[in-house]
Order: sequence, then structure tokens, then C-alpha cells
Amino acid sequence: MTDIRYVAPQTLDEAIGAYAAAGSAARILAGGTDLLVQMRSGAVKPGLIVDIKKVRELTAVEEISGGGFRIGAAVPGAVLAEHPRFRQTWPGVLEAVNLIGSTQVQGRASAGGNLCNASPAGAIVTVQGPDGRRELKVEDVPAGPGRTNLKPGEILVSFTLPPRPPGSSDAYLRMIPRTEMDIAVVGCGVSLTLKDGVCTHARVGLGAVAPTALLVEPAAQALIGSRLDDTALTAAANACRAACRPIDDKRGTIAYRTQIAGVLLKRTTNIAAERAQGK
Amino acid sequence: MAKLHVSTTVNGEPLEFLCEPHDTMLDALRNQLALTGSKEGCASGDCGACSITLDDRLVCSCLMLAAEAEGHEIRTIEGMARGGRLHPLQEKFLEQAALQCGICTSGMLVASEALLAKNPDPSEEEVRFWLAGNLCRCTGYDKIVRAVLETATEMREAAQ
Amino acid sequence: MNIVVNNKWIGQRTIRPDGVDKVTGRAAFAADTAMPGMIWGKVLRSPHPHARIRSIDTSRAEALPGVKAVVTSRDVVDFPLDKSVMLGIQDMRWMCRNVMARDKALFPGHPIAAVAATTEAIAAKACELIEVDYEVLPWSIEIDDAIRPDAQILHESITFQGKPSNIVGQLEHKKGDIEAGFKQADVIIERTFTTRPVHQGYIEPHACLISVAADGKTTIWSSSQGQFMVRAMTAYLTGIPQSDIRAIPAEIGGGFGGKTIVYLEPLATLLAKKSGRPVKMVMTREEVMRATGPTSGSKNTVKIGARKDGTIVAAQGTFYLQAGAFPGSPIRGAAGCSFAPYDIANVLSVGYDVCSNRSKVAAYRAPGAPIGAYAVECVLDEVAESLNMDPLDFRLKNAAKQGTKAAHGPVFPRIGYIETLEAAKTAPHYSTPIGKLQGRGVASGFWFNAGGESSAQVNITEDGNVVVTTGHPDIGGSRAGIANICAELLGIDYRRVSVIIGDTQTVGFSNLTGGSRVLFASAMVVTQAAEKVINTLRERAAKIWEIDPEAVKWENGAAHPASPNAGQFEPLTLEDLAEKAPMQGGPIGAGVQLNTQGADGGFGTHICDVEVDIELGIARVIRYTAVQDVGRAVHPGYVEGQLQGGVAQGIGWALNEEYIYRSDGKVDNPGFLDYRMPVCSDLPMLDTILVEVPNPKHPQGVKGVGEVPLVPVMAAVANAIYRATGKRFYALPMSPPKVLEGLEQPIQQAAE
Repeated sequence: MTDIRYVAPQTLDEAIGAYAAAGSAARILAGGTDLLVQMRSGAVKPGLIVDIKKVRELTAVEEISGGGFRIGAAVPGAVLAEHPRFRQTWPGVLEAVNLIGSTQVQGRASAGGNLCNASPAGAIVTVQGPDGRRELKVEDVPAGPGRTNLKPGEILVSFTLPPRPPGSSDAYLRMIPRTEMDIAVVGCGVSLTLKDGVCTHARVGLGAVAPTALLVEPAAQALIGSRLDDTALTAAANACRAACRPIDDKRGTIAYRTQIAGVLLKRTTNIAAERAQGK
Repeated sequence: MAKLHVSTTVNGEPLEFLCEPHDTMLDALRNQLALTGSKEGCASGDCGACSITLDDRLVCSCLMLAAEAEGHEIRTIEGMARGGRLHPLQEKFLEQAALQCGICTSGMLVASEALLAKNPDPSEEEVRFWLAGNLCRCTGYDKIVRAVLETATEMREAAQ
Repeated sequence: MNIVVNNKWIGQRTIRPDGVDKVTGRAAFAADTAMPGMIWGKVLRSPHPHARIRSIDTSRAEALPGVKAVVTSRDVVDFPLDKSVMLGIQDMRWMCRNVMARDKALFPGHPIAAVAATTEAIAAKACELIEVDYEVLPWSIEIDDAIRPDAQILHESITFQGKPSNIVGQLEHKKGDIEAGFKQADVIIERTFTTRPVHQGYIEPHACLISVAADGKTTIWSSSQGQFMVRAMTAYLTGIPQSDIRAIPAEIGGGFGGKTIVYLEPLATLLAKKSGRPVKMVMTREEVMRATGPTSGSKNTVKIGARKDGTIVAAQGTFYLQAGAFPGSPIRGAAGCSFAPYDIANVLSVGYDVCSNRSKVAAYRAPGAPIGAYAVECVLDEVAESLNMDPLDFRLKNAAKQGTKAAHGPVFPRIGYIETLEAAKTAPHYSTPIGKLQGRGVASGFWFNAGGESSAQVNITEDGNVVVTTGHPDIGGSRAGIANICAELLGIDYRRVSVIIGDTQTVGFSNLTGGSRVLFASAMVVTQAAEKVINTLRERAAKIWEIDPEAVKWENGAAHPASPNAGQFEPLTLEDLAEKAPMQGGPIGAGVQLNTQGADGGFGTHICDVEVDIELGIARVIRYTAVQDVGRAVHPGYVEGQLQGGVAQGIGWALNEEYIYRSDGKVDNPGFLDYRMPVCSDLPMLDTILVEVPNPKHPQGVKGVGEVPLVPVMAAVANAIYRATGKRFYALPMSPPKVLEGLEQPIQQAAE
């Protein structure tokens, strides 16, 4: 009845070859937590499923020189969480990755896919296609809901998180109606560096308040140079609210999402700052 | 379209089955392998009734293709009692009335076993968040959480 | 009747008879079986909320290779609109149109046709090939839209006040003189409340496997709250006589009222008959959410007047409940239960049944009562506050008791409502201090409880053990209660009692598992059957000992001489007598069938603590105690479980669960991701206090316990949120956006 094919190549070249050859009917299977649901509902009817989990580069977590990390695109959140040092360096990234669902989903869903959601980590994404390998900023990957800026035949290979200067940390919070199992109504990630109590570097990301995740530069600017006092936090929260372009849907209203974005900014910044100060 | 041939290990037994490329692991367990202890409550990973372990990692079998089982080790509720002896979690669920209709019970037990393998001394909060992906509509979770915590205590004591 | 005291097994937390099967994955639920030659059925459903069906062309579907049968409403027995044919509380006129749309599709998800094919994928493909010509009609879903004068009418044959209307039923309970009553009041508070439709949320989707032999003999394997209901409805809708239908109850993965009617069984039977193959049908979660259950959304106005001394002098309630596509919303529960806990001289309670283009409501745990109680118990909280009275004291002052005439009719016998209030008041929970942004609310609730038809067979095996067969599907552990009772009566270890649920052709008629009737009713028939067995055993021993049966007593699982005067004999155990049975009169066993009476109503009082994150609008329940008069807790573990489960459902209803509709009339959240039932990390431990005021009309003192626990919850949560925030919410769910919106106004005003 069905015309689906399934392949599980051992090498990246084979995977790209099969994926590119099948054209728009092909789908990559990493964690499968979205793809299988879409197939089941009939929203997606792939002609070819390329399971990339047998490709070593895509399932590895590597530390790179200077203290950064390269995370294969198919690494599940739970595996990343078990890495002995990743948690210390990028606690907020881990939160962003592992707040995405149940224990069961964390065991499968790829970390990378969710890095694109709202993480302000400044990650670099490596993609590879028939025309070779290239790198993008993580914020440049999503093009809109369910769409990316990848070229036809390109596969996400890995995410590279840069080394961090001392006094750096990050945090991620999301608002969900329940305590678990929901899609974020608003997500907020803050990455920052403190020196002598002063914020020297900050990046602020917001999720679910616009067609794609937002990097909110004015909010980051409001934090940089401050001691993260109430004035700075309020200014950053207002910048977040100003950046919101949300919709009304079953998960939240425009007014609610906009209001919450500011609340989460303050809470997330405080957590990141505590971590950066080693508290 | 030819079916796929899959060689895998289920509950310690090596076995082979044929499946369609779109079949989920849950389909294969229930329809090809007659292991109907894993249940389909949602087919979207939201209820956990189909929980199994894949190489000792807890997953929803509805979110995994059957073809992905090739070369891996699967464990299901049917493999939890060993040699006719119930696992301490199974015993405790019965003693504590931690099930009512029983449809979520397989998934709850598989998930709880995976928790205790990873964390033999979980707090109530850890149990609750670990099991957040396993919906139960009958019990309000109270007796389930108590059963897991008590089993953890007893298993730790027995291990000493 | 004798209430048994000093029990060995009644009141014990024994291991349930079906327990090991359920913890090992062996228990067979509806979707867990297969038959040789089995094929798969699928339903084509209406995409429209309201549409006239001009024609259906199934020819392309029938031509698809692998398709074995297609059925439409032409194959379903028609019950003309001019004559009501009732089966229990269901009218077959509506049932025949609910399982398969006839002239009109009345909600998105309404079945239009069904297909059976060799694989699920082929059946699904065949559904796509069926061509339906729809004339799309205007529609309404919300009550206010459905009762507008210009609303599109769903059922032209039903009139209200002389005109076709979507108000399809009305019910009124009246006591005293409501106007005179309000004139005596020093305080009158009137509020309007809305609630959203919520689904029962059972984890097991509807499923069945059905085989029809060439001679019409039909075997149905399905999970439901009543195999006899399945048999009867399937017989009505297919024309097969009930004697030819064997409905086997699979283990049921939750029902909560939602499995008290059929959806798939008549369709699968027709497909099986047409194809000559066993047909399996399993709903997807999306189908469950779109086309089964939920309970009503509602709009309710409650007005309560009290004197300064705290006496309630008048109470009025108007309850509009969504029925969905066909008449039958639970207005009886809303209008009848909500004032029942109180002794009020003047009451007027009116319910309106409103049709709209949404799936037909199914029962949900004390149907209607939680909706009414939410409104009444919130107004009571306001009245108590305005009188400066503790809310439990206010309820105690007005509590119904033995001799109180309820507005819905009965004069209460000995009831335990006051005991629940007193237990709540003295519970440590009620006096524990709470913190900032935390609040404590209380509320009470009542449910009628049911008795009715029940059958059981108690048989002694050849090795002297016991098999009990009853006819009510066991959802929450009723077999464990029955084993305890039977073991108690026979004086043997409960592990020697096997309890099974018989199919329709092997056990006598038993009504639905619903109305909190199961343990009440089955304990009555099992008790009588066990007593008959004991009499037989005494007669057998008397015959062996050659004494009068009256001189034999049954104790600790054996016959003994009743007194030294009767003679000196070694006791004859159940095993002894079973072994001798072939020579002493044959098999030992007894069957009993009763229309059980005396199921008195149940009362509960709940205490809820919440903590509110006022920046995010999130209310979390942080402590909960449910107090209930349970009559007699035959198996306390499963009684507590009923209370805890009902509370969890109520917390979901209060805080997050709701049907959300798109602008095209379709449900926008037909899955567990966005239909937000409580998950494990959402809830605290749920404490219970079992008050036991035995039911004097029951041999073990049993009262129904399963439904009351949902009734008070939403009001208890709402009252707690008020105490935490100073803001009252009059609409469910009290989800974060609504709570934040509600809190913003006073906060802004305060800032100005």
C-alpha cells in the first residue's frame, strides 16, 4: 500500500546521497518525535526516510579545543544531559533541550532540532549537502514555522557551541500551563558574562512569540554594562515585550505572551547571573 | 513494496520480524510479535502507555519505527517479571492499589524501572517529573508515586 | 439487614484478582486481541459542523483492491423521529443517528460511512475515495449562539414554547416559595458561571473486534461500561436478535461514563456481516476527542439568599447545558444535585438541554453534578464570606440530614454529610497555616448513586475453591471488593476466590458500570448467592452427620455443629464438602438476579490549597484533602483511589482542560498535547478521609463512591484561588491567561 522506503546509511555521504536523490519527498529521521507524529496524522507522507543515527558524526558529543562543544545533529537530549562537563558550561542550553518533553521524548528527540528554538548560545550550525559543507549561525537556520534555510539535499550535521570566558553562564525558562508535556507558550533563554558584577556580554532569545525564535538585541544591550539591577532588568523586559510579534492560538493570547516574555526575561536573567557568579 | 526484515532482541530473546517501513515499534510489538502489553493511547508520545526501553533508554515505542530496532535491545513490560517472579515494582503496585483500570500500568512500570535503574534514591519531585510523560486518568498518581518511592527504599535496603 | 462487623477480609487491602495480569501486560484490553482472517475497519467522518447529506457514492471505495465491505446509514436500522425508543437513558432515535449520520451531519467527526479492508492503510485510503455531496448549513457550538432566535435548528421536529428550538429539554425542581424565600434574606448573592466541555480522558481509545458467522451468530469483543448495553444497542441498530449476540467484556482502560454508549460496535458488526470476516476497529486519539464524550459546556446562574444568622432561606439555579448533536445533556445532575447537600426551605432549580453542533455528550462521572456544584458552592463561599462565617460552619448550619426533603424529591435517610463537614473541620489540613499567595478553599458535593439490575453466580469448584461471576465491567477494582466480601461470607482466604466478569451469554443481565452502582449492586447479589451456597453446604453437612440443617453453622470456611446439643462432629470444610459433592447432591453453586434498591446518595467535602504565581497567572494545587461518606470501605485502597482519581480530574477541569474550537467549528486540540489533563508533576499527594456511615439498606453497608469525588473539586479550587488572590473567577478553566487577565485589573487599579 505505502510507497515509503527506509534507509539507515552508515556514512554521511551515503545519507546525503540518498536524501538529495529522493528530493522533496525525503525526510530525515533523527529522534522521530515530530516526524512519526506527522506521518501518523497524514500531514507528512514521505517517500524516503533517511535514518541518520548510524552515522557516527551525527551521534557524537565532542569537546573542542578551548572548551567548546560539537554536538551531532541526532544526539538526543538525554545523552547530552549525561555528558560529564556539558552541564557545567551550558546549563541553559541543556534546559532548552530537555524541557521539550517527557523522559521518553528526551531519550529520542535530538538536541539540535531544539537548539534552533530560542537558544541564545551563539551556536554555529554545520550543514552538508551535495555541494559540500557550510556553516550558519543557529539563528539563521529557521525560516519560519516548520521551514528552514537549508538548501535542498542539505542535512544538519552538528552544532558547535563556542568556548566561554570565565564568569559566563546561561539559563532557559519557558512558560507552560502544566509543569510538563506542553509546548512552550513563551520560551526565554539568556546567556551572559559577568565581570566584577557587571554584565559584559549578553544574548537574549525568545521562543513562541514570533514566527521564528527571536534574538532580542535591544534586551541584550539593556543588560550589558549594567549590574543587572531592577532598572536594567525592566528595560530588558520591556525590550522583550516590544520585540514580540505573537499570535492568539490555543496555547496563549497575544496579550498573555507579550506580558510573559518580560516576566521570563527577568527570571531567566537572574538564574543565569547566579550561575555565572558560581552561586 | 517489500517488507523490511528486522533482527533485534526483545526481552533478552533474539528474534526477527518483517514490517512495513512506516510501522512503528509499537505496531510491530503488538501486531507482529503479539506483545500487547505496550498500549497505544495517543500515538503521539503524549501518554507513555507504549513505553519501552531501547538499549536501556526509556522511549515511546509509538515514536520509533520498527525498522530502527535492527541490532538493538528492546525491553517491554512482558520482560519485567523474571523467571515467573514479579519485579518489586510490580509487587508494590499491587500491594498499594497503584492501578485502577490498568491501561497505563505497563508504561508506568517500565518507566519506573528505568528511573530506579538510573536513580535508586529519587525524591518525590524526581519521580513526578520522570513520570510526567505517563498519563494516568484513574489514580491521581498518588499511589503510583508512593509505590515507586517505597520500592526504591526497599530495593536500596535489599541491596545493602 | 445485618451489617457485618469485626471482619477478616472486608476492609482489607487485598491483592486484586486481575492484578498480576495488569502489572505484567497480560490483561487483554479491547485492542489486544486478534482473530484469524481479521480485517480492519475505519470510519469516514464529516468535516463539517452541520451539513445536509445529499448523496454518498461509495463505488470507488468498493472497487479498491483489499476493500471487503462499505456501510452507510442505509445499513443501520432506522428509528423514525416520531417515536421514542428508550434503552436505559438513551433514545435509539438519537443513537442510530449518532453512530452514523442519516440525513444530516451534525458535528465535525460525525460518522458518514465505514469501510473494512485487509489493512488499516487500505481502509483509510478507501475512506478518502468515498464521495459525499454535502449542503453545508449554518451552525452553532456555544450555548448563547444555539439559543439565539435566529439560530440554525439541528432538529426541526423538537419544539420549545411552540417553536422549533435547540432547547430540546427542560427539567424543574421546586420546593417551597422561592420569591417569599428571598424576601426573608438579609444577604442575596447572584452570579453567572460558565464551564467548557471537558473529555472523560480515558487512556484507552474505543476499540472492538467483531465476528459474525454465516448464521448470524455474533461475537463482540470490546471494552465498554456494559456488555449488556453493547449487546442491546448493537441488536437494535443491526437487527440481529440479542440471543445471537455474545458480547464479551474486554478489560476496560478507563471509562468515567464515556463508555456507556456504543460508537464502533454496530458499524463493525455490519462490516463483519457484510464481509464475512472478523472486523477490528480502533479509534485514534483524535477520533476519540472529536467524536466521543465529552461532557457539556454550560452556562449557569445561581442566586442564594441567607439570613444574618447563616440560615439559607432561598436558592435558585438556572443551568443551561450543551447536549451536543442530540438531546440528552445531564441537566438532571446539574439541577438535581447542586442544592442537595443543604436543607433549604425554598428552592427553584431549572435545567435546559441545549443542542449544538458538537459531538453528543456522554456521561462523565456524576454527570452534570460537578457543573452545578461549581456554581452553587462558589456562591455559597461568597455568602459565607459576606456573613463573616467560616465556610464549613456555614455549610454545617445548613447541612441536609436524615429527614431533610431534597428539592429533587427524596426525603433523606441516614446520611453522612454532616460527618464529612465535621471531619474536614477537624482535619489537620484545615488548620495548618498557609503562606503568601496561597489560599484554602472548601466545597461539598452530592451524587444520587444508583442500584438497579445485577446478576451473579457463585460456584464452588471441585477442589473447594470459589468462582464468582458478575456482570458489571470492573474499571477501578470492583473485583477486589467482591473477592473480599465473598471470602468474608464463606470464611475462607480471599485468594481462594476468583472473580470474573461474565459475557452476555453466560451471566444474567447486569446494568451498566455507572451511577456508582457496581460494588453496591454486585455485593448484594453476591451476598445472596453466597448465603444460598452456605445453606447448601450446611444441608450437605447435616445430611452427612444425619442431623437437622438448622443444627449446622458455617464458620471459618467449615460446617460445625451449631451447639454441643447437635452432636460431636469434626468440622467439614469447604474442600471436604466439595470433594463429597458428587455423592451428596451434585454441584454446589447459586445464582442470584436482583433489581437492587437502597443505593442512597453520597456526600463529600473537599479542602484545597493553591499557590498562585501572580506574574504568570499559574495556579497550582499544593495540598488537597477529600473527605467522603463512603458507607463501608470494602477495599480501602480502591476507595481512596476513587477519591484521588476524581480529584485529579476535577483539578484538570478547574485549571486547564477545555475543548478549544477553531473558527470553522472543528476542535483545535484533539490530543493529549493541547487537551491538558494533569500530569504526575502537576499534582501533590491527594489525601483522603474515609467517613464510614454504613448504608443500612446494604448487607455490608456499601454506598457508591466513584462519582462524588469529582463534584466539589472545581469550586474548591476556585474558592482557594480567591483566598490566595482576592479575585473570584466565574469561568472555567482558570488557565494562566485567564487568571493573569483577571489579576491584572485590580493590580493596575492599585498602582494608579
